[in-house]
Amino acid sequence: MSDPDLLYSDVEDDLRASVRDLLADRCEASALLARVESAEPYDRKLWTTLAAELGTAGLHVPEERGGQGASTRETALVLEELGRSVAPVPFLGSAVLATTALLGADPAGEEAAGLLRRLAAGEATGALAVPLATGPGAPFPQLVGADPEGTLTGRVGTVADASAADVLVVPATGPDGPALYAVDVAAEGVAVTERVSLDLTRRVADVALSGARGRLLAGPERAAAALDRALLTGAGLLASEQLGVAQWCLDQTVGYVQERYQFGRPVGSFQALKHRLADVWLELVAARAAARYAADALASDRPDTGVAVAVAQSYCASVAVHAAEECVQLHGGIGMTWEHPAHLYLKRAKADEIALGTPGRHRTTLADLVDLPA
Amino acid sequence: MSESIVDADELRHRVAAFLAEHDPATTDRLEFLRARFDAGLAWVHYPAGLGGLGAPRALQQVVDAEFAAAGAPDNNPRRIGIGLGMAAPTILRFGTEEQKRRFLRPLWTGEEVWCQLFSEPGAGSDLAALGTRAVRDGADWVVTGQKVWTSTAHTARWAILVTRTDPDVPKHQGMTYFVCDMTDPGVEVRPLRQITGEAEFNEVFLNGARIPDAHRLGAVGEGWKVAQTTLMNERVAIGGHALPREGGMVGVVAGTWRERPELRTPDLHDRLLRLWVEVEAFRLAGVRLRQQLAVGEPGPEGSGMKLAFARLNQALSGLEVELLADEGLTYDDWTMRRPEQVDFTGREAGYRYLRAKGNSIEGGTSEILRNIVAERVLGLPAEPRVDKDVAWKDLPR
Ligand SMILES: Cc1cc2nc3c(=O)[nH]c(=O)nc-3n(C[C@H](O)[C@H](O)[C@H](O)COP(=O)(O)OP(=O)(O)OC[C@H]3O[C@@H](n4cnc5c(N)ncnc54)[C@H](O)[C@@H]3O)c2cc1C
Repeated sequence: MSDPDLLYSDVEDDLRASVRDLLADRCEASALLARVESAEPYDRKLWTTLAAELGTAGLHVPEERGGQGASTRETALVLEELGRSVAPVPFLGSAVLATTALLGADPAGEEAAGLLRRLAAGEATGALAVPLATGPGAPFPQLVGADPEGTLTGRVGTVADASAADVLVVPATGPDGPALYAVDVAAEGVAVTERVSLDLTRRVADVALSGARGRLLAGPERAAAALDRALLTGAGLLASEQLGVAQWCLDQTVGYVQERYQFGRPVGSFQALKHRLADVWLELVAARAAARYAADALASDRPDTGVAVAVAQSYCASVAVHAAEECVQLHGGIGMTWEHPAHLYLKRAKADEIALGTPGRHRTTLADLVDLPA
Repeated sequence: MSESIVDADELRHRVAAFLAEHDPATTDRLEFLRARFDAGLAWVHYPAGLGGLGAPRALQQVVDAEFAAAGAPDNNPRRIGIGLGMAAPTILRFGTEEQKRRFLRPLWTGEEVWCQLFSEPGAGSDLAALGTRAVRDGADWVVTGQKVWTSTAHTARWAILVTRTDPDVPKHQGMTYFVCDMTDPGVEVRPLRQITGEAEFNEVFLNGARIPDAHRLGAVGEGWKVAQTTLMNERVAIGGHALPREGGMVGVVAGTWRERPELRTPDLHDRLLRLWVEVEAFRLAGVRLRQQLAVGEPGPEGSGMKLAFARLNQALSGLEVELLADEGLTYDDWTMRRPEQVDFTGREAGYRYLRAKGNSIEGGTSEILRNIVAERVLGLPAEPRVDKDVAWKDLPR
């Protein structure tokens, strides 16, 4: 197998530029702050532009299945930009988690193929009905039961982006074992209740199903693998979002400490702060390489993908939290205000640390993969 | 030589042709290395005639892999690290044609070991404050002063040396850079024992050592500029090597972990995994850095690699001593020795732990490297300078 390409290609740079332009226009900090406390915390118009017009919702879906035929490298790049702007769009839930789960269903199955097309085209928004803290390698969830008619009953807490979704991809235990079902949010017997979420720009919601009608997407032969691949892909690509979060925090802080004067000099001239920022920068150098490697490994399905994801997620999660915490501290009082956007990044970084497996869980996985037993 | 672009296939072809003519099994080691240099297969990115072919630097690993696979002798880079990593690129950049022809070949083959006479008792991080005086005397320069922490001075034939030639101008201006003959009667080398028990570095006294002007590198008064090239290459040389996963210190510690289940504790397990992850992330950063260099977009990432290398080496070697518990209370040998080569992962855990302490000091301390990252990469304000416009002789010391 060839060496992993850890750089950004010209095509990827172009994609980045168009996503960044859009977000610079439409995801400005004060508007974002107003939105998070409004009745519409998700920006549906922005999501439509991003998903349907820019075509980012189906980047790693093959063309013959209704997507762009690019790869997880490109999806990762979009996440990097979304992290940089903490954009309130359900990209992770829909374009990453639900979409990847559907990719694992039998392509000949009409139900799954049809839903995949709609998600990839940005015509519908999906969410994967697992608690966001679930990481790859977790046992198949036993939270929802399905009867032979495909009627679903159960509760799933803290599902990412469920409150923005039209349709849920629900792992459930049916008469033949694990299965994935599609459930319309608007259907009878479905209640999606948004929680007061730590992360203001990515909400979690509780999903209650009481005799809701599900359409079978994948049966026991594929459901568990499809779900695990979705979680693995999500964990690996989330590293790129964390990279974007950390990059914003570093850039913002470097800018601020040069403008802010105390003791007759910019506070950024104090060596204690210079060294702390140099350390954050250095962490970002490694985080970028680790995130790129995970995205590339997922794209080419390397045998090393498990290691790549565990390294990227356990490393980048901590880097994002560290960068966001330093951002708040080095802004002083301003950093503690609601008015300054730093808290949106801190909240995202901290929630991302739990999402799709904590760093500690990924290290436990890694211990097995690289033969470093406890 | 033609101007044709040398690619990986062309290099493999040349190595095969070379090996056909010089069987590593029967050819004398030195003869083999000299011939390899003359064939342009020593450092392929160097110019033709000077051991290279003007090929992309990234292709060196292709050549090295081919020679290694053929069981060819190498030039023992651990013994001649300062020559390869620091003296050679400086000579290549600033040397005259004659100097390049004289020095580079025996440097690469290891026939002549080099050392670096930069640091002084009064000038370490602030290297530009150095005071070793060089005074012109006819066709020679006469050098007087003291250098310190000089690694491999005891095995060196030549040194790269920075001196003060004009004390009346501010410190960065009055310096001149030379190649110094370590066999000159005015050069005296005394071992300096290190915390490991051995003496890898030395103090070097220059008592009227004579250096012909023909051994000056760069113009009189331009020594700082020349020294910058050396220092930049030094930071790449320490911690900038391509390694496979678990190459280097992490592999040593992971090996101990696997072999000794009875020593494991949950706390050490967690810390080992954290370090393993960090090392792997920085290894990937190194891969990425080399990919950037190969397509000609060198990023600033390089400035940080040595910082990470030092911290991780120290943490890992410290963890290993702790892991060894009872055995960690012992040390292999404190006998004063004068090693011929530098090996960060050699000997025992205790040695590795102590030697790693030097990683954040040698080649620029981690504090200085953080200053460099903060100022040159992040663009943060420079440290206040009280010494900038002061003549060197008037500096407080
Ligand atoms: C194993 C080893 C091998 C070496 N080999 C060689 C060699 O072959 N040739 C050679 O010339 N030199 C060699 N050195 C010397 C090395 O380059 C110096 O030790 C180093 O540059 C630091 O200088 P110093 O020892 O004078 O410490 P100082 O500069 O006095 O530093 C003391 C402390 O102050 C800190 N400090 C200094 N300035 C600043 C600042 N502006 N901001 C923040 N902190 C600061 C330093 O980081 C350090 O912690 C070697 C050193 C070691 C340990």
